Amino acid sequence: MPCHLALLGSADAGARVRAKNAARLGRGEGFRVPNRAKKPMQRKSVGTGGEERQRRATGRRVYMVTGGVTKFAKAHPAMDFRLMVKRAYDYAVRGIPNLTKDRIDGTRISYFSDHFSRQLKAASMVQDYLGLNPKGSVRIEWGGATGGECFQAAYEAVASGRMDVCLAAGYETMSRVATWKGNEFIALASDTNFDFPLGGFYTGYYALMVMRHIYEYLRLTRFANVRDEREAQRLAIQEGCRIMSMVSVKNHLNALHNPYAQYPKRLTVQDVLNSEMISYPLTREQICTMSDGAAVAFLCSESVAREFTDKPVLIKGVGCGTDTMRLADRPFGKVPLMPRESAKDYAHLPYPGVHSFRAGRAAGLEAYRMAGITDPNRELDFIELHDAYASSEIQTYEDLGLCKYGEGYGFVERGDPFLRGIDYGFPTPNAGAIPVNPSGGLIACGHPVGATGLMQGVFAFWQLQGTIARHFGDPALQLKDPKRGAIHSHAGTGSSVTVSILERGFR
Amino acid sequence: MKARPPTFTKFRDVQAELARSGAALFRDADGVESLVIRYPYAIEYIHSYAEDSPFFLGLAEGRLRGSRCTRKGCGCVYATPRSHCMECGSATEWLDLPSTGKLHSWTTCHFGSEAFLKETPYNLGLVQFEGVDSLLLVRVKDAKESDLYVGMPVEARFDPNPKYSVTDVWFVPK
Repeated sequence: MPCHLALLGSADAGARVRAKNAARLGRGEGFRVPNRAKKPMQRKSVGTGGEERQRRATGRRVYMVTGGVTKFAKAHPAMDFRLMVKRAYDYAVRGIPNLTKDRIDGTRISYFSDHFSRQLKAASMVQDYLGLNPKGSVRIEWGGATGGECFQAAYEAVASGRMDVCLAAGYETMSRVATWKGNEFIALASDTNFDFPLGGFYTGYYALMVMRHIYEYLRLTRFANVRDEREAQRLAIQEGCRIMSMVSVKNHLNALHNPYAQYPKRLTVQDVLNSEMISYPLTREQICTMSDGAAVAFLCSESVAREFTDKPVLIKGVGCGTDTMRLADRPFGKVPLMPRESAKDYAHLPYPGVHSFRAGRAAGLEAYRMAGITDPNRELDFIELHDAYASSEIQTYEDLGLCKYGEGYGFVERGDPFLRGIDYGFPTPNAGAIPVNPSGGLIACGHPVGATGLMQGVFAFWQLQGTIARHFGDPALQLKDPKRGAIHSHAGTGSSVTVSILERGFR
Repeated sequence: MKARPPTFTKFRDVQAELARSGAALFRDADGVESLVIRYPYAIEYIHSYAEDSPFFLGLAEGRLRGSRCTRKGCGCVYATPRSHCMECGSATEWLDLPSTGKLHSWTTCHFGSEAFLKETPYNLGLVQFEGVDSLLLVRVKDAKESDLYVGMPVEARFDPNPKYSVTDVWFVPK
């Protein structure tokens, strides 16, 4: 039974309204070329590469052995990008006397924007400043997923056998321009012929996406019986905003215990709703900010990992997915299914449209398959999830199969992604089921793009090591005995997404 | 010129000083001073629309053009034109889109990139057209935030003085 209908109580009524609305909005036969769904190409394009990936070799086992992060801040005028990376690097190697420069075989260095750096080939200057020449290095850029992609590039360098020790380092210095100029730079990562000139603004693009998500999953379900169309949509948006605000409250509040976070604070749902409207329906507190910061992660082969730590963390699976650059080009096809889903669940759901991130689902499927995960809710203990927007955190729960498509709002209301033992100011009955962004996420930690995915890697590493208290100076965010976690990095409107599964590599 | 620019402990004061004099010192909580300067950079691109050119020339003639895959059995129709089909890789041909459609989704931007701040608030809409497989991102004008809804019928308008930009077309409530 489709998830969204379950919320209704009356499946038949929901199905009727959904079918009626689909027809009225021209989303049915008239909207799609009738024979299109039958074409093999169409089905394949929505999938993720299929069965052949199961047979693919996964290479050598790769472990993370240490990491470091600078505090993320609005501006670090006293540190340029080289010094920021150096600080994160020094933190990572501190206390590991044998992790000397000569043990490093090479590096992968990430930053998103040459515009922000005002310096091309800045990764070479990081390599240079760390004194790592003439070792091999390459710069990684993949939009908002730059940090996550850098983590996986280092993974590949080790898994392939090319390196035994690879440094993944990333940074961004976004304070170098005024905020609205920074938004312009980010929007240049949308199609500059068709999208940017209309008012290039990423918050606007995400607002378009969540508006449709709210329509699909709240208007057509909880408000299916409201006869006046505008009133039904108004109520659905109101409901969606309330629930998105709960996510913002969670992440800001978790960050109160994270000294690396840029904007830790205690907020109420009403505070979030009352904050400035940026792009309807997204308010300021539902959106991450610009930051300066750096992060590094050391990845090693199994043969050397224990030379550096007795608490290594295994990279159990990696996945990456992509989608069209333009939102307008996203297809209306079939959902690539998670192991516990059935095609019947989504019989009437055009996918991904603009409401969901197909790249996130593709990345999740690949990473889960490699890690042998069939039930992420039970087999993952936490996720550091790319919450550039509170809306995209909810959309991503569904992409990653933490709940079915359409259940994301209910998932928040039940409290599943919240931490146990923290008072968020509203009931969270299922708190602790699968904590999402225990660190505070991008919304509260900040989002220095090239560092963000690596920061998630470092926080996940500390969680799995059980060393949060030591690194944060506060035990509140340490989960009890976590075995396995995921990190999720996401680029503009879901045009590319990475998921990496980290697992405790010691007893 | 003074040997040392003025010192500030708030970064926003540094920014204000740069606008005034072009240089400032920032002193952080540890007493470390950093010299911050204004560093402008401007570019003029020689931008070719290349294979997308007919779309923009069409707008200047008051025509909204999409593209359709020429392969028999495929025939995908794109509202935002692509010169090759995303599904099968075949060449596409140009076709005229309907001048009316429905809002698939929408938003009102109260802020924007620096280049568009002066135009706020403005509405963005993704328009779906009958018989077309993909959407078109547009500005929606002559409508307030409270007027807009998913499914709203909208109609194309064209700039009589074309700028050869995607902004030469916009939609209004029908």
